[in-house]
Amino acid sequence: MNELASLVAATLSAGTPLAIAGLGLLVNERAGILNLGAEGMMLVAALAGFAATFHSGSDWVGFAAGAGAGALVAACFGWLVIWLNTNQYATGLAVSLFGGGFSAFVGVPYVGRKLSERSDYSVPVLRDVPFLGQALFRQHPLVYLVVGAAVAVAWFLYRTRAGLVLRAIGEAPESAHALGYPVRRIRLLAVVVGGALCGVAGAYFSIVYAPLWVEGMVAGRGWIALALTVFATWRPARVLLGAYLFGGVTMLQLQLQGMGVNIANQLMSMLPYLSTVFVLVLISRNPAWIRLNMPASLGKPFFPTL
Amino acid sequence: MERRLSMKPFALAALVGAATLAACTQEAPKKAEAPAAAPAAPPKPEPLKVGFVYVGPVGDAGWTFAHDLGRKYVEGKFGDRIKTTFVEKVPEGPDAERVIRDLVTQGNKVIFATSFGFGDAMEKVAKDFPDVYFEHATGYKTAPNLRVYEGRFYEDAYLAGIVAGQMTKSNVLGFVGSFPIPEVLRNINAFTLGAQSVNPKVKTKVVWVSAWFDPPKETEAAQSLINQGADVLLQNTDSTAVLQAAEKNGKYAFGWDSDMSAFAPKAHLGSCRLNWGLYYEKAINDVLNKTWKTETTKWGVKEGLPEFVSLAAFIPDATKKKVEDAREGLKTGAVAVFRGPLYDNTGKEVLAKGVTSDDKWNGAMSFYVKGVEGKVPSGK
Repeated sequence: MNELASLVAATLSAGTPLAIAGLGLLVNERAGILNLGAEGMMLVAALAGFAATFHSGSDWVGFAAGAGAGALVAACFGWLVIWLNTNQYATGLAVSLFGGGFSAFVGVPYVGRKLSERSDYSVPVLRDVPFLGQALFRQHPLVYLVVGAAVAVAWFLYRTRAGLVLRAIGEAPESAHALGYPVRRIRLLAVVVGGALCGVAGAYFSIVYAPLWVEGMVAGRGWIALALTVFATWRPARVLLGAYLFGGVTMLQLQLQGMGVNIANQLMSMLPYLSTVFVLVLISRNPAWIRLNMPASLGKPFFPTL
Repeated sequence: MERRLSMKPFALAALVGAATLAACTQEAPKKAEAPAAAPAAPPKPEPLKVGFVYVGPVGDAGWTFAHDLGRKYVEGKFGDRIKTTFVEKVPEGPDAERVIRDLVTQGNKVIFATSFGFGDAMEKVAKDFPDVYFEHATGYKTAPNLRVYEGRFYEDAYLAGIVAGQMTKSNVLGFVGSFPIPEVLRNINAFTLGAQSVNPKVKTKVVWVSAWFDPPKETEAAQSLINQGADVLLQNTDSTAVLQAAEKNGKYAFGWDSDMSAFAPKAHLGSCRLNWGLYYEKAINDVLNKTWKTETTKWGVKEGLPEFVSLAAFIPDATKKKVEDAREGLKTGAVAVFRGPLYDNTGKEVLAKGVTSDDKWNGAMSFYVKGVEGKVPSGK
């Protein structure tokens, strides 16, 4: 029982950064922009977050710095792909590589540094409930905030006028443009929000999850977040579930190893991607399905006509 | 217009990519040339140029960091008699050969390649440059001008095990492994045997992360071991993540490759540090004194290459005494990590009574000793 509670707790903790980044990428993909630079943005943000926390001593300053750094990199990416109409795939890959190299280069002075004493978070009263307390209520506040964020994104996309406009731009930017919406500015905003959320996720890695900075420390989780949006067929609630599923699979596999059950963990590390390909095959088999799910203009450039 | 526009992304991507690559393969800034000697001064002997090839970034706080400390150590020892250069983040593969060749053509007379996967490249280049001395860490191929060196890291793991066996309350130890190769299996087994030498009830749980370096995953692995009751952890991965996870959970752990005591003042029990500088000093002396010859060097606690350091102040004196006794024993040969009777965890005898393992036996290790849970992952 105790082990199960710890497994649940670890799953929530592991899924949280994936969910945050996934939600961010979902927002900009819903606007029709595919940002393959997630890994690079998260690395730059992880460094910014670590550095800010290191100098200020406050986690929250670190998260703000991470969000800012992510937003800044995303804004550069947005300017390139939205105004200069560079190819989204190539530019995204470039941002990913650039972010990795840049953060390694700038981050050298922070390697081997240690953050001040980490505080433990828990929800008063609830933390002492048997089982549930250990499983759910001894987590970093971000673990709870991400659930709120998923609800907020869903509400925004499906219940507000602005969300409708955003989705319309992702489906048919020309039509939205004809109706007088500033397609490029809205897309840029979506990209910046996506970058900021990826930034928070990156900062979570370097401040909370493994409180240290070393180059490349995000180690592929940006790509998992990207896969996650497809896996979730671009729905916020499914992003959240998918993140916990991917996090849970990782933790369960480690747990099983410790219990002496042998499962090739290489296989397990492929699982998020395999399942994403599986979902892609499923939704692509039927033209109606793919139309229902995938933003129609995703990855395509938009040239406003006068 | 359209055509021209569509070329942009590729040009940009190429530019950014090239810039990144350039940053990645950045060489150590060469030391400024010594100020030009006054015309009257006698000509100084040319410094011996020494090149280092690293597999990771100098900033990994682990394996490569330890090698670079060794490089700095010999720089301090030999002063202007040598001049060192390093190339970091060299991938194990065709690129390695190019980098090593480059270093040789730049005039380096001694090359240290610090990862197993550089072996083939070293062998090829060594053939072409018979007057250059090649030194390959953790390798096995030798030639007239190519030799190998290695540390007996497992002796450190054994000493750490003694501390772990005494400090554990749950009698469950945890090990975060990288890849199931003999080197890592030796460490797991030595850690367990060290613990069993003071506490026969100890069991070790192992979790593999399939990476030398992946801090989030190392954290997850440590967390899952702690969830299953392990209260003292050791890792064969390169970051400080496991130690920090132990700190966060109020458990104990050790530093690996370098002294990591600063990262977790409450959790840190000791660090298994590697003093590569000692070997680099010997190798460079061999070249300077013209006594270099092909050999296989394996240095243990006796020679001081692996050194178990920074034992926590809160460890009871009786435990510290046991560690010191074992350390002395390893130095004199009275203590051997793998000595029969030794059984694997299926109950099969792997070393008969009184037999001490040799390097060949150590190098082929593919099992867990009794007390380690689970099965060694295999391709089957």
